[in-house]
Amino acid sequence: MKKQLSAAAKRKRLQHFFIHAGIILFAGACVYPLLRILTVSLRPGDKLFSTDLSLIPAGATFVSYARLLGDTMFLRWLWNSLIITLATSFIGVSLASTAAYAFSRFRFPGKKAGMILLLSSQMIPAGMLILPLFLMIMKLKLMNTYLGMIIAYSVSSLPFSIWILKGYYDTIPRSLEEAALVDGTSQVGAFWRIILPLSTPALSIAFLFNFTTAWNEYLVARVVLFSSKQYTWTLGLFELQGQYITQWGMFAAGSMLVTIPVLCVFLYSSKWLISGLTLGSVKG
Amino acid sequence: MATVQFKKIVKKFGDNLVLNGVDVEIKDHEFVVIVGPSGCGKTTLLRMLAGLEEITDGEIFIDNLLVNELHPSKREIAMVFQDYALYPHMTVEQNMNFALRLRKMDKAEIAGRVKEAANILQLNKFLERMPKQLSGGQRQRVAIGRAIVRKPKVFLFDEPLSNLDAKLREEMRVEIAKLYQRLNATILYVTHDQVEAMTLAGRIVIMNHGIVQQVGSPIEVYRKPVNLFVAGFIGSPTMNFLSGRLKLENGTAVFFNKFITMPIPAFVLPQSEAQDGREVVLGVRPDDVLVERPGGEKCSGKIEGVLEVCELLGHRENLYLKVGGQRVLATVEAFFNRSPGSAVSLCFNYQNMHVFDKATEQRISE
Repeated sequence: MKKQLSAAAKRKRLQHFFIHAGIILFAGACVYPLLRILTVSLRPGDKLFSTDLSLIPAGATFVSYARLLGDTMFLRWLWNSLIITLATSFIGVSLASTAAYAFSRFRFPGKKAGMILLLSSQMIPAGMLILPLFLMIMKLKLMNTYLGMIIAYSVSSLPFSIWILKGYYDTIPRSLEEAALVDGTSQVGAFWRIILPLSTPALSIAFLFNFTTAWNEYLVARVVLFSSKQYTWTLGLFELQGQYITQWGMFAAGSMLVTIPVLCVFLYSSKWLISGLTLGSVKG
Repeated sequence: MATVQFKKIVKKFGDNLVLNGVDVEIKDHEFVVIVGPSGCGKTTLLRMLAGLEEITDGEIFIDNLLVNELHPSKREIAMVFQDYALYPHMTVEQNMNFALRLRKMDKAEIAGRVKEAANILQLNKFLERMPKQLSGGQRQRVAIGRAIVRKPKVFLFDEPLSNLDAKLREEMRVEIAKLYQRLNATILYVTHDQVEAMTLAGRIVIMNHGIVQQVGSPIEVYRKPVNLFVAGFIGSPTMNFLSGRLKLENGTAVFFNKFITMPIPAFVLPQSEAQDGREVVLGVRPDDVLVERPGGEKCSGKIEGVLEVCELLGHRENLYLKVGGQRVLATVEAFFNRSPGSAVSLCFNYQNMHVFDKATEQRISE
């Protein structure tokens, strides 16, 4: 019996070893490029193309960071990106949360077709949408504006967010809203006071999706924005790429800096990504 | 408190007719239980009163005020849901005072009401807990507490005990009965459990297929069921039904089928209903099947049967008897002490015998 148990324990330990080895391998593959960028960003100007693999290079310096922040409009680009991304995320999540509620709770003609239409819109490659988006934004006279970018970004991530949120609302028992209605709220009140607080995991996912999509977007920005003052960081960084020379040190420093907001948003939203919020509400 | 009137209520889901002309009136301070099998429309009727379901046709009045188009929040009703429907992100106290906070009531008044309800329901210790930290019975008490604090015109209970185990259900049944005595409120209570209906109700509304079958006090519907459905639905164990025909012998009605022949006295079946050849169904409750006991004037003659199965329930015993090809259930005092297969004699107590027309299924006896 003891022998059998120890054999099972050994097998389990071996299993754990391989699982952990796999995880570490993949984690390494993910982190390695980031570490290389960090190294490049810290290298002094004369050692940019060195083959040295040490993480902190000899003569490590923050000169690239200082030049990026001092000599270019990087902070301005970061600010533009931040405004567009935050506005996109808030507007996108607000629109999606209300639209998804309607799809989840009300019966209306075209409900099913609407959901399928939303899903199928996700199947169109982003590149194909560039021209119509460009034409629309131009007709709205919103070229080279924050608003033009915000509209373009919010609507493009709306279908995915609606699907995510609708799926989540469907799992919240209707009797909770009915209890709220009987208790004295309006339908909007029930949504605001009961459904939204219970949907934070799905809202966080939708927010993160909106945030990362808008933050990293390049194609639409390339078409809509044309003055370097209005650039987002994605366009701005490409400014550093010249025809004959590319400022790799500054490029790497910029790449490091733009990960910070995303990292912060991910860390902050992780506390909302908890399951089991509706536990105890109804008989399970 | 208030009165409630349902007038010719019709509810359709697409082509499916769920309620068909329901007319019920609930008096002030009355405890009315709507009972019926699953899908009979009882919960739909309750939800229509709460404003959670649209009314296809008919009118609902609360205190003589037509509420058909009134939003649930304006109806001054409180509802206890089958699945509790507690707000999971709020503490017990917040759950209970949610409706009062919405009304922007004075804080001291809110605290007083919550405290009073918590005292009644013994929830004082749990006010700071979240719903997920409570047991099923405690959650149900919170759901009731949430209704009490509002002091509504009408309390609506939608099968509130159906998710509890048998012991807890019994305890909560007593709690609700005590609560009614204390609040003296107008209560509309929906259940499929006829024991709850019999024990709690001042009046019972029995429904089937969206139609009200009978309205009456528990003892009325038990003693004088108006049709076969009510007779079969109310009472546990279920009533025995014997199909047969009537014939007239010297002016006396006689029931007969392949296995049983017995006269039906005039005090059970009036002469006017006793037509020769009429197809009828006799209804006899298991308590009124007397086994191995002298009959007497108020009982039918002796009928021979065979004991098939005995079920000892503790103080009572169910005897499944075979009379010819017909099965008859008798409930007797415990420890009948006869082995299955033995011959027994039985007779039916005329005083509680019911006769129904087979075609219309309506009661024709007194």
